[in-house]
Amino acid sequence: MTQTIIRRRSLLGAGAALAATALAGCAGMSSSPSIGRVVVVGGGYGGATVARYLKLWGGNVEVTLVERNADFVSCPISNLVLGGFKQMSDITRSYDGLKAVGVKVVRGEARAVDVAGKKLRLADGSDLPYDRLVLSPGIDFMTEQIGGLAAALDSGRVLHSWKAGPQTVALRKQIVDMRDGGVFALSIPKSPYRCPPGPYERACMVAAYLKTAKPKSKVLVLDGNAEITSKKGLFEKAFKDHYSGIIEYRPNAELKELSGNVAKLEFEDVRADVLNVIPPQRAGDLARSAGLVNVNNRWVGVDWLTMESTAAPNVHVLGDATFPAPAMPKSGHMANQQAKVAAAAIIQLLKGEAVSATPVVMNTCYSFVTARDAMHVASVHQYDAKDKTFKTVPGSGGVSVAANQIEGRYALGWADNIWADTLAL
Amino acid sequence: MTTPLRRVAASALLLGLAGVAQAQATDPNLARNLAATCANCHGTNGQARGDMKPLAGLSAEKIVAMLADYKSGAQPATIMHQISKGYSDEQLKLVAAFFAAQPAKK
Repeated sequence: MTQTIIRRRSLLGAGAALAATALAGCAGMSSSPSIGRVVVVGGGYGGATVARYLKLWGGNVEVTLVERNADFVSCPISNLVLGGFKQMSDITRSYDGLKAVGVKVVRGEARAVDVAGKKLRLADGSDLPYDRLVLSPGIDFMTEQIGGLAAALDSGRVLHSWKAGPQTVALRKQIVDMRDGGVFALSIPKSPYRCPPGPYERACMVAAYLKTAKPKSKVLVLDGNAEITSKKGLFEKAFKDHYSGIIEYRPNAELKELSGNVAKLEFEDVRADVLNVIPPQRAGDLARSAGLVNVNNRWVGVDWLTMESTAAPNVHVLGDATFPAPAMPKSGHMANQQAKVAAAAIIQLLKGEAVSATPVVMNTCYSFVTARDAMHVASVHQYDAKDKTFKTVPGSGGVSVAANQIEGRYALGWADNIWADTLAL
Repeated sequence: MTTPLRRVAASALLLGLAGVAQAQATDPNLARNLAATCANCHGTNGQARGDMKPLAGLSAEKIVAMLADYKSGAQPATIMHQISKGYSDEQLKLVAAFFAAQPAKK
């Protein structure tokens, strides 16, 4: 990576100009000197939150957020868009709140990390120098594990919709265009994957739509796992109470190969009108190209006191890309919580202070089973100094007794509040 | 008034503050960081939006009492009985003191 930068020295001017602009912007906002430059990549739940909290808690930290998309689009609640119960505008928020609190938002694509030189290279050739880099790269797909999947995804014929945005819009269209009496097949990868209860919520949301709009249709859930991986009893009850005769659930149904609209499993072929494949996942591409993937050739190991990568100094990693602590889910809520641990630690590191020794994170995931009824799973994770990891507190956390409307209201209230907390709305 | 935390709540500002001050002396950001774990539902600094319960500006005594009742089961809940059990009584007192010191949402 260093060689790349030397070869492209002529392009460094653009980066320097960018950095100078950032400095000028911050200088105008405060008379006290900057305590350091933090560059954040990825404006999802992790990255946006760390940018916001660095400003909220850090005062004179210069924060630049690099994000490829114009707006924040939430994965949580996106299954309701697939069911037709929410619109894209309901799950889309702007980055204006972050700009208003002093975060410099750069729309662009991060290309490479120069760990030794403490610079982030962008796709346009410019460099962003940093004291601390935070990557919140999310997940990317291991399409090579399923024959024919890469081509099917590239053509747009098969959709994953496991990153909210255009994929959400396109899958909703496929569902609406499906004939009455058609089969919507949903392939779920083996754990671990982003948002454990998400696939089962999706099955419910698609079934809720089909139940009234195309009542002869089926939802076929092809689960690569031996059983439902989250809120099992509650989802089984929802499938039975609301979608009997619509949802058919098959465990141990790992997708091996795609051929046209046929999903090939180990012992049978399944034909579907709409085939929605959630592919197996690993840490996002940037984590891999930066050399940070050091657990199971798939995830990024982190120091839980600081969220700093165990593979590279001064580089912190958040969210779904990390190798989780025991029983820690890959969720937007957890990424937001990890981001606050990182923000507190980075400010202390920049000031040369000791980092907090007793961080706590917690998680809440709501899932809708009808347009109005939702249920949750919650957990609290305290740092264990002896084992240097987060551990759930015995006797705490748990799931709902039953899905109901009040939890449906709380689920939407959760979304409203976490979006505001993450994006400084 | 049956759990230890509930009894503490009655005199939180008298008995509790010594412990709070001691914990904060070792980690000045502890209360702030703990309270930030609540923001996803209760808003940044407890300034909640919509139907969710705001915590900013409530008295520390009231917040500690609510949390104690969730923790003991005296107050039925959808989720707070599960979450409150994940924090020590000392941590809940710090969280309560932090939110009490925040301005209520305008």
